[in-house]
Amino acid sequence: MIAHLPALQVHLPVLQVIIPLMAAPICLILKRAHPVWLFALITSGLAFVISVLLLQQVMTSGVISYELGGWQAPWGIEYRIDKLNAFVLLIITSISTIVLFAAQTSIEKEIPKSKHTFFYILYLLSLTGMLGIVATGDAFNVFVFLEISSLSAYALIAMGKDRRALWAAYQYLIMGTIGATFILIGIGLMYQMTGTLNMEDLSQRLPEVAQTRTVFTAFAFVIVGVCLKLALFPLHLWLPNAYAYAPSIVTAFFAATATKVAIYLLIRFTFTIFGLSFSFTTIPLQTLFMALGLAGIFIASTSAIYQKNIKLLFAYSSIAQIGYMIVGFSISSVTGLTATLLHMFNHALMKSAIFLALGAVMYRLGNVQLSSFHGLGRQMPFTMAAIVIGGLSLIGVPLTVGFVSKWYLLLALLEQGWWPVAVLILLGSVLAVIYVWRLVEVAYFKEPLSDQVPVKEAPMFFIIPIWTLIIANIYFGIDTRLSVQVAQAAAMSLFGVTP
Amino acid sequence: MNLSLELMLQLAIVVPFLAVVAILVTGHNPNLREGVTIAACLILIYLVVNLYQGLALGATISVLWWELLPGLTISFNIEPLGILFALIASFLWLVTTCYAIGYMRSHQEKNQTRFYLCFALAISAVMAIAFAANLFTLFVFYEVLTLSTYPLVTHAGTEKAQKGGRVYLGILLSTSIVFFLLAIVSTWFVAGTLDFKLGGIFSADVDKTLAGILLVLFVFGIGKAAIMPFHRWLPAAMVAPTPVSALLHAVAVVKAGVFTILKVCIFIFGLDLLSVLPTTQFLLYLAGASVLLASLVAMRQDNLKARLAYSTVSQLGYITLGALLATPSGVIGSSMHIVIHAFGKITLFFCAGAILVTLHKSKISEMRGIGRQMPLTMLAFFIASLSIIGVPPAGGTWSKWFLMMGTIETEQWVLMVILMLSTLLNIAYLLPISFHAFFPDLIPNKNQPNKCSNKAATSINKQPAIGITEAPLPSLIAIVITTLGCLILFIYPQPLFELATAVLTNRE
Repeated sequence: MIAHLPALQVHLPVLQVIIPLMAAPICLILKRAHPVWLFALITSGLAFVISVLLLQQVMTSGVISYELGGWQAPWGIEYRIDKLNAFVLLIITSISTIVLFAAQTSIEKEIPKSKHTFFYILYLLSLTGMLGIVATGDAFNVFVFLEISSLSAYALIAMGKDRRALWAAYQYLIMGTIGATFILIGIGLMYQMTGTLNMEDLSQRLPEVAQTRTVFTAFAFVIVGVCLKLALFPLHLWLPNAYAYAPSIVTAFFAATATKVAIYLLIRFTFTIFGLSFSFTTIPLQTLFMALGLAGIFIASTSAIYQKNIKLLFAYSSIAQIGYMIVGFSISSVTGLTATLLHMFNHALMKSAIFLALGAVMYRLGNVQLSSFHGLGRQMPFTMAAIVIGGLSLIGVPLTVGFVSKWYLLLALLEQGWWPVAVLILLGSVLAVIYVWRLVEVAYFKEPLSDQVPVKEAPMFFIIPIWTLIIANIYFGIDTRLSVQVAQAAAMSLFGVTP
Repeated sequence: MNLSLELMLQLAIVVPFLAVVAILVTGHNPNLREGVTIAACLILIYLVVNLYQGLALGATISVLWWELLPGLTISFNIEPLGILFALIASFLWLVTTCYAIGYMRSHQEKNQTRFYLCFALAISAVMAIAFAANLFTLFVFYEVLTLSTYPLVTHAGTEKAQKGGRVYLGILLSTSIVFFLLAIVSTWFVAGTLDFKLGGIFSADVDKTLAGILLVLFVFGIGKAAIMPFHRWLPAAMVAPTPVSALLHAVAVVKAGVFTILKVCIFIFGLDLLSVLPTTQFLLYLAGASVLLASLVAMRQDNLKARLAYSTVSQLGYITLGALLATPSGVIGSSMHIVIHAFGKITLFFCAGAILVTLHKSKISEMRGIGRQMPLTMLAFFIASLSIIGVPPAGGTWSKWFLMMGTIETEQWVLMVILMLSTLLNIAYLLPISFHAFFPDLIPNKNQPNKCSNKAATSINKQPAIGITEAPLPSLIAIVITTLGCLILFIYPQPLFELATAVLTNRE
């Protein structure tokens, strides 16, 4: 077995996607919830190991190109792993594995027993979809995996025990389908103009026809479609409800990964396929995204302050955080893109920790209304401490990951001399202080309500993954070598700068 | 023990932190817990004194802990100003712990373990601030200090404490995020380094307007220095138990603020650059306004702790003003005032706390005649008041002397008049308190409505029978020590003066 491992190494790019894809139907055979959970956990863990190996390989020996079924690139489907998607694959698989650890405990209370197996199947399919979108080097393949991940996501969200979950899933279904259709139209138009679907190929052939209306239209469709998926303000309306009413595990998983995948797509389409000069010079993407990003930060953060449902609060906070990533993206400089990539990684760590902790609260209390948090600081000290540290990271306090990405974002803005934007970014952090502290005050200063039954600390299956993520929040806030190096290298390669 | 100075420097930061762990473990046994705290205080003082001696012998120490981002390090070194701050903070930690044992027990406060724990954590942050070798390190621990003191401010857990905490955290975090961080990132961007260097890190041809804007950002961003209009957190923090107000809001936190201002002025901008920046004059007037207005507001406060809080705002204005004057006299005056004001103000707070636990009085209008019950406390209050005002035989004389010299040297006549006016105001809001305490019947209190004086009068009539009831012994000892400190600083200011002078001459 060991002897065969080197041979397997060349197949890592496809194994990354195929393992969870194959694992999903196997779950049906296993049937009983507990073994299925273990199986899904092992699958996700395996995917994580693969993504680590891939990242190592990419960092040392450059881009990996894998031809599916041995068909050569422009005709067959190519899987192309560079620094950018290796980094995103790592984010997805690591969060997925840690979150799955708590899954069995959490869904016991939130999903009827009969649906547990289906939950894991959908979870693995959704994981497959995301990994596929990121790993593939073929534009149409992106759409296929997008549909896999989206369809499973709709079903997962609809599993939420609150009946509003159905409505939220329906909203997401409509918006998501429009988004996916737009992307498909865009890809179709590109195919029409260039006759290829391979990303590398597209990037070489598009400049020739760049000044045609069809390519402009294709670009517009793709960008709007992707922005719908990444919930860029003002296309974010599906997100808050979907996150708030989905099962806690699903929220933790999606909040950390789904939007990151969409941002990856945005970067891939603008930087690799359409090219920097087309995206930022021909089309005024910079001003547009800067304005939308900032508007998103302020409007979503302000909405977050007024939420009574804490999952909804952090869902709005997610939209604001996406705003930060978009601002970094819109700067279109190496530092700016580094900031965006870093924030993808860092935000995944904070939000998965926070939503998992909210899952623990949900497990004990059955809801996450602000009023339920009265006195929770004493009753669930570890869970609440995790939310506080996660919140501090969200604010961007030094020694947490949030600070690192904010530092790079500010630096990128100052490089361009955009002082006013830097000030606005910092004011956005102040809004984060307000919405985090509203929760802290209720949890630590308010006496428990009289009709509330005292609760115990969350079970170990919650505490361990939550604190793993929280420690990662602090660890990567101090030891920034991994995240900064990879993000910087990825950004540089996208700009074609050699370090 | 033969520890290297490098190790001592690191231990000075780590020991209070270890104390946090030890306090947590021994929390169930109050005596042991407080023993641990005292032991940590003593070790810390030993370490800092050794570092002081090492510095006097000309040793240069620098320690690199960690490189967070390329070029951005958490690193520490020693220089006179830092040693000065560390000495005062470590010594007063011991005194305050002593005081707190008496205060917290007789006041039967809850959550005392959390109190001692956060206290030690805050001191750890203060040590890191004092020894920070670059602005980034300083900023990191500046934020740690804000967060670790939040549970102390809200210690009581009441609605009022919660509100105070909100203002405290809101102002300190917002200013540090919006202004301070922006200033730091910009400095990093313009100068390419954040290391503290005597004479500043900006090149000579730096854009003066830009540097001027940065200076404003720094002064606004260092909210702990409580320059108006960012001073509101300080009075709000007065809901905290008295030992917290004493050490943290009269010594550690606010002094961390003005210490940072001094550091930025001397080691980031450099006095030469500072004196030619277009915004310096504006900030000087702002500091002057802060001095004067805070004194005026202090006069109107009837709550003793609130009056002292505004007095602190005013006195911090002196230090900022001295730093911005950009002359050696100004810097010496400011550095000395950090220490001297610390002794004076901590004594005043100790007295306020002693009055609260013994006589359960917090309003000045109710304090007439209490000199008969608490003669020692009120005598201490009187001496500390003199030190704050700046008249012999108390230490304040010296620092105010140098600050005044600074304004004369730079021909800032308006500021000189402000300082003089403020001294008069200091007299007006501090001295009557001890005066009325000893001689309640001599001058009728015009400011107070009859009701209050009646109440005060009746309490006087009742209480002499009780005789002398001083504060609990540990608290009383603390008060005596800090009061003696005020006097010693007048008689024997030489070491302090030398240390303050060395700030500008220390070679690296």
